Amino acid sequence: MKILVAKPGLDGHDRGAKVVAQALRDAGVEVVYTGLKRTPEEIVQEAIQEDVDVIGLSILSGAHVPLSRRVLEGLRREGAAEIRVVVGGTIPPRDVEELSRLGVARVFPMGTPLPEIVAAFTTRGRAGDPQEAKTS
Amino acid sequence: MREVRAHAGFPIKPVYGPEDTTGVDFERDIGRPGAYPFTRGIHGHMYRERLFTMRQYVGFGTPAETNARFKYLMAHGQDALNVAFDLPTQLGLDSDDPRAAGEVGRVGMAVDTLADMEEAFAGIPLDRVSVSLTINGMAAPITAMYYAVAEKQGVAADRVVTTPQNDILKEFVARGTWIYPVEPSLRLVGDLIEFSARRYPRSNPVSVCGYHIREAGCTTAQEMAYGLAIAAAYVELMLARGMAVDEFAPRISFNFTAWGKIFEEVAKFRAGRRLYARMMRERFGATSPKSWMFRSLIGGGGSAFTAQEPENNIVRGAYIALAAALSGAQTIALPTYDEAYTIPSPKAQLLALRTMQICAEEAGAADTVDPLAGSYYVEALTGEMERQILAELEAVERMGGIVEAIRRGSLQAEVARQAYLYEQKLVSGEVPKVAVNCHVGEGAAGADREVELYALDPRVGEAQVARLGRIRRERDGAAVARALGRLGDAARGTAGLMEPILEAVEAYATLGEVCQAMKDVFGEYKEPVKF
Repeated sequence: MKILVAKPGLDGHDRGAKVVAQALRDAGVEVVYTGLKRTPEEIVQEAIQEDVDVIGLSILSGAHVPLSRRVLEGLRREGAAEIRVVVGGTIPPRDVEELSRLGVARVFPMGTPLPEIVAAFTTRGRAGDPQEAKTS
Repeated sequence: MREVRAHAGFPIKPVYGPEDTTGVDFERDIGRPGAYPFTRGIHGHMYRERLFTMRQYVGFGTPAETNARFKYLMAHGQDALNVAFDLPTQLGLDSDDPRAAGEVGRVGMAVDTLADMEEAFAGIPLDRVSVSLTINGMAAPITAMYYAVAEKQGVAADRVVTTPQNDILKEFVARGTWIYPVEPSLRLVGDLIEFSARRYPRSNPVSVCGYHIREAGCTTAQEMAYGLAIAAAYVELMLARGMAVDEFAPRISFNFTAWGKIFEEVAKFRAGRRLYARMMRERFGATSPKSWMFRSLIGGGGSAFTAQEPENNIVRGAYIALAAALSGAQTIALPTYDEAYTIPSPKAQLLALRTMQICAEEAGAADTVDPLAGSYYVEALTGEMERQILAELEAVERMGGIVEAIRRGSLQAEVARQAYLYEQKLVSGEVPKVAVNCHVGEGAAGADREVELYALDPRVGEAQVARLGRIRRERDGAAVARALGRLGDAARGTAGLMEPILEAVEAYATLGEVCQAMKDVFGEYKEPVKF
């Protein structure tokens, strides 16, 4: 399992992204972190180059719907739709369903316990599994 | 017996007595309020003469919408403003820039030109209201716009009271609205401080923030230590430019948080005030007592709030207000209970304002100065916090000093490490959080759906772009080009940047154009990604 933890858009809050990245790394997941303010297109390219299984988007600005859509569209355009996308951050309940409809494999809204996020990447039926595409 | 630790890490005893304060010298370490070293507060009578100002952080959508919310809060007794700008504005991108797509007006108000600032403050007398501008990388042009609006309102320069945050160093550590590399960023900070000190004597051209670094995960002692180290870096910057310390230091202010353990927070501020006073007097040779004063906005700390059972955050907010008042804040701003979900609703904003008013008017927190002074616990804790802060300051020195530690990313790495440690303590329950890791109620998960969510109207972006297009067409293009050319020339040389920036914004150059003119010369910051 290899994941790209990514910060799309202009949001500069990276506490959550870094905490999740460290927790996943400690759990044996291979993690690459993009740093701040990446465009969706840059994230798609980096995901392909790094040959990751999952992109984890961290978005606290409220712009999660348009940014996630652009990442998913970019992956399809590049023929890399097998890379799953999960999203964490300030995601209000009404947007969880919207993100799932767009094709986000799993959403981790604010308040998700860290062990639950880690478990999603380390146990069977992990984030990439479509029947696991649900809210947590 | 249960073991208890401060957020700074040291153990807290079950009982304190006179034996815990034996090293304390009253005159040297505590003194009188309003007198060096200001441990008890920077004013002799504090809130009995002037209550803390209440300054909610507000801004969303278009300048017109923000203007209406300002007036709503002022009608309910808020006496000062604290402006939130959207991310494109904070990063110097115009609303029609492709990189701004989806972000216009989302987390603050959009500003593209002087016309937006004119609209935001229409009908608000800038000679009577003090205004904080939460802006950093773009502090120089946004503050220039503010000065221009004040001038258009006919307000004399010495009546303008504004506090641009203008603390770029903490943006590199937390919050992330950096634009240029460290050195030119510091040059802009210095230019705004110098220009304001000479022309706008009541402005507070830098607000040094420990707040955001704590929000990013550091401890209480680190929050104060990093804030003091950043303040010292700005003092050194201004001294190197040839200003005398007492020319600018009286207008330095601070922005810190106060969530967590009430007594530890109070001790943090008491220790911080005396460390700052000593630093300014002994290390930098300031002779004006105003240069020794740690004037602070104490904000809430949204990281203390939870998505679970969000109404509990109203209670947390009340304790934060109490901690801030007991800490001797000059200004208080509280996060709103719905902040984990959304841009605050008017109801949530009003509740936060009412919380501060109840704390001050009903609960007696403002009745007498530094009421916890002389408590064995609080005096011992103040001493312990001072030792912890000094140890953290030494750690910064070992990283090569604050600027170098930030340039290399080692401070960022330390803050991320602390954030991870804290998260692990939440998981283990070592740090209790009600309704999160203890006293978890049944059915709590559904309660969050009752929060009123702010929906960004997509027309906000369209309206802002249309308005920007109109201004681009109507303005004197030649004057804009001339002013931007002059700004580029100044940036290539060593001249002050505020005059050409002011000229450009008064010609209705856009924020994006002003930002780009300097980016062409300065380049962009490249983040050292470490975790």
